[in-house]
Amino acid sequence: MSELSIQGLCKRFAQHRVIDQLDLHLTAGSTLALLGPSGSGKTTLLRMLCGFEHCDAGSISIGGTIVSSPGIHLPPERRRIGYVPQEGALFPHLKVADNIVFGLPRSLRKQRHRVAELLEMVGLPADYADRAPQHLSGGQQQRVALARALAAEPAVVLLDEPFSALDSGLRNDTRQAVMQALQAAGATAVLVTHDQSEALSCGEQVAVLWQGRLLQQDSPANLYRHPRTPELAGFLGESILLAGVATAGRVECVLGGFPMADSKLQGAVEVLIRPEQIRLGPPAPDTVQATVIGMEYFGHDATLHLQLRQGQHIIKARTSGWHAYQHGQTVALAVDGPLTVFAQQGPGRSTAETPDNARFLLNQS
Amino acid sequence: MAFYSLKTGRARYRQGWLFAAALAVCLVLASPLLVIVWQAAQSDPADFIDTLWRPLVASLALNTALIVASTTLLCGVLGLVSAWFSERTRLPWQGLWPLLSVAPMAVPTFISSYAWVSLSDDLQGFPGALLVLGSAYSPLVFLPVSAALRGLDPALEETARTLGLGPWRCFFRLILPQLRPALLGGMLLVALSTLSEFGAFVLLRFRTFTTEIFAEYRAGFDSHGAAQLSIALLLAAALLIGLEWRVRRQASSYERRARGTRRAPPRLELGAGKWLVVAGFLLLSCVTLLLPLSTLGYWLTQHGDAAVSPVEVSAQLLFDASFSSIELGLEGAALTVLLALPLGYLLARRPGRVAAFMERVAFLVQGVPGIVIALGLVTVSIRVIPGLYQSQFLLLLAYAILFLPLAMVSVRSALLQAESRLEELARSLGLKGWQTWLRVLLPMAAPGLGAAASLVFLSIVTELTATLLLSPIGTETLATQIWADTSAMAFAAAAPYALILTVLSMVSTWLLMLLLGGNAINRLAADGTTVAGETAHV
Repeated sequence: MSELSIQGLCKRFAQHRVIDQLDLHLTAGSTLALLGPSGSGKTTLLRMLCGFEHCDAGSISIGGTIVSSPGIHLPPERRRIGYVPQEGALFPHLKVADNIVFGLPRSLRKQRHRVAELLEMVGLPADYADRAPQHLSGGQQQRVALARALAAEPAVVLLDEPFSALDSGLRNDTRQAVMQALQAAGATAVLVTHDQSEALSCGEQVAVLWQGRLLQQDSPANLYRHPRTPELAGFLGESILLAGVATAGRVECVLGGFPMADSKLQGAVEVLIRPEQIRLGPPAPDTVQATVIGMEYFGHDATLHLQLRQGQHIIKARTSGWHAYQHGQTVALAVDGPLTVFAQQGPGRSTAETPDNARFLLNQS
Repeated sequence: MAFYSLKTGRARYRQGWLFAAALAVCLVLASPLLVIVWQAAQSDPADFIDTLWRPLVASLALNTALIVASTTLLCGVLGLVSAWFSERTRLPWQGLWPLLSVAPMAVPTFISSYAWVSLSDDLQGFPGALLVLGSAYSPLVFLPVSAALRGLDPALEETARTLGLGPWRCFFRLILPQLRPALLGGMLLVALSTLSEFGAFVLLRFRTFTTEIFAEYRAGFDSHGAAQLSIALLLAAALLIGLEWRVRRQASSYERRARGTRRAPPRLELGAGKWLVVAGFLLLSCVTLLLPLSTLGYWLTQHGDAAVSPVEVSAQLLFDASFSSIELGLEGAALTVLLALPLGYLLARRPGRVAAFMERVAFLVQGVPGIVIALGLVTVSIRVIPGLYQSQFLLLLAYAILFLPLAMVSVRSALLQAESRLEELARSLGLKGWQTWLRVLLPMAAPGLGAAASLVFLSIVTELTATLLLSPIGTETLATQIWADTSAMAFAAAAPYALILTVLSMVSTWLLMLLLGGNAINRLAADGTTVAGETAHV
């Protein structure tokens, strides 16, 4: 398994810059989730890694060998990559076993080299070898596609939104099986996805692509806790943005004063709070109090819409679904710190809602 | 509760009518075939063997097998190569090549035969037949193969590339195996069409089963030998139809589950080589289109005595022939679409075992050579319904039987487009059954029905075999006039008829494209195998 390195990569279609000065590094044997909203260039990047698209500037190297740069373009078949496309794309005219050994030399194809081992690795019974791809479920097809990609022991495995076509129940199982197989093979893997929860649960590293640039590359927990921009915070999960004032490593906002993660900022800032950072308790003097004005109940958890006593702000808090809260009940709020803050970029960007549009949202749901 | 049972009762009643109508249509469709088989069952087996065990029959069989095999092979190669280049490589004027590859299908084989045979006597016999049929039928391979090429998921090829296969190995190990059903299906259709071909063989003086059946039928009124030869032909056709069904079943197992928009497959850059490909396409079009059509143009400018047999064209005859061609075409199209309606509706709305069986009957009949159906109808009209013989209605009925399967495909897809939900909605808004047909179903299906009608019209005006055998005495059409003049080597005299026929055929093709809407070539390609079956009877 080899390391993957991208430097100053650029790609434009017509006048549109799809990939813009992108740098990315991935150590051998690790898994990277490449996350981005649609149109961020993530699929283009993957297709450039595969060698389906040429690059305009910069370079891609796999295991120290440059495979793409202006003037150099190694064709896909010589890159030693394993590619798992959306929906698997199994060859419909071949049995499962023949699909898996498709890329091997003829002698190994004849003896069905490593078919049983690979099937076991992706969590399928050995007798699936003689089935036709049409008789497999979507998740099973994905697993066979991974086995096929791993069969030739590629330098890097590239997965293009491999779970997006599966329904939610199948998705979890398939994802677990795929991640386990990648780990067992010790593969260097890049997984493209637009689903933030998938990205956070899959990769040892998550790289966020935003308008063709690498916005942030970090571990899933760090990324979620300390996103680089408020937009990214919103993309990764539900977020509450409040106006605050930062002084000497602490920030003051309507919910009180808290230590902050980035202590260099001073003055007016935006404060990021995740709904699950808010803890509710019985109302007591000297606490921030709020009234429950709405609830989205999911069973395992619930999202409460709370109207602060002071300031008329409405914020969301996530609680365990076990505790029952009543409409109109008064609760006390506390926040697990430290908080991430952003430099203030302009007025009126707070996502804490005014009472009017909050009621509108509640009526909708 | 009473209301509920009343409703279901009525629904069943209507359904009964529908099934009865569809069954009647199927019976009409199958009648010539049944009569031929019944006749064969009546005859003495020893007599049957005597008729077939002749040196003449052996040479006919050899000729037929030779032309079927070589045309099929030629069309397979031509169709595959031109489909691959026009779908998968980047060429200048990219939209032109599919059109040029399909266009020869619109030139009736007896017109191109006339053009070639008037150019040189050397083109009589096998070489001419191969030339004419190869040009006319390679679209039958081109259409399904290019549709299959377009339908291939580009991710398959990309995956194969990442697994270490270069472009060539990718073609042979991945693309070709997947094109197999389309390629084989198209080639079987070519084989079936060649087996049924009649006009071209007569004009090119190449003797096969069909020409001999016609000759024996004309020679003696008894039609005994003709019927027995028909059985031999029918057996050969049945073999091909059976093979085609197998290929079709295999093809359906390759179909992927439908999903949203797909990326267009990549096109290969050929560099300077693209001009070689363009030259190849142009050369092919010269042979299939330009030369036959310009020969036609040449004879138009010549006086009657320039040809081997000097015959002058009579304006009156020209008008009469055009008129009866158009009249027969219109009436035949109306009758065919009318008969196709119950069958198409049944297939669109109540798919099931009965519907599937009826569809099979229709496709079986489609595969039967036109001359066999015409002969069967002659027998029906003489032995079963005497008043029918030599009547115009019999000819129209023959057209309807020949082209109903063709119309049925369009009618069904038109009715499928008018979703049944809308029909139910109209009923819920208080419309009665017939009002729903009139105000919802027919208006929505109209373009599709129009397309079916123009397709049938096109097929009828270019039809020769049944017209020759069944047209009432004194009725001459454009097709029979061209045939008569060309057979008599009066090439200049045939030219005006051929011109009018070509124009008629182009106008109805244009109408067809218009009715099918924007990207008609692509849609045509999508049902390639079924729509292309049209030529099986021309």
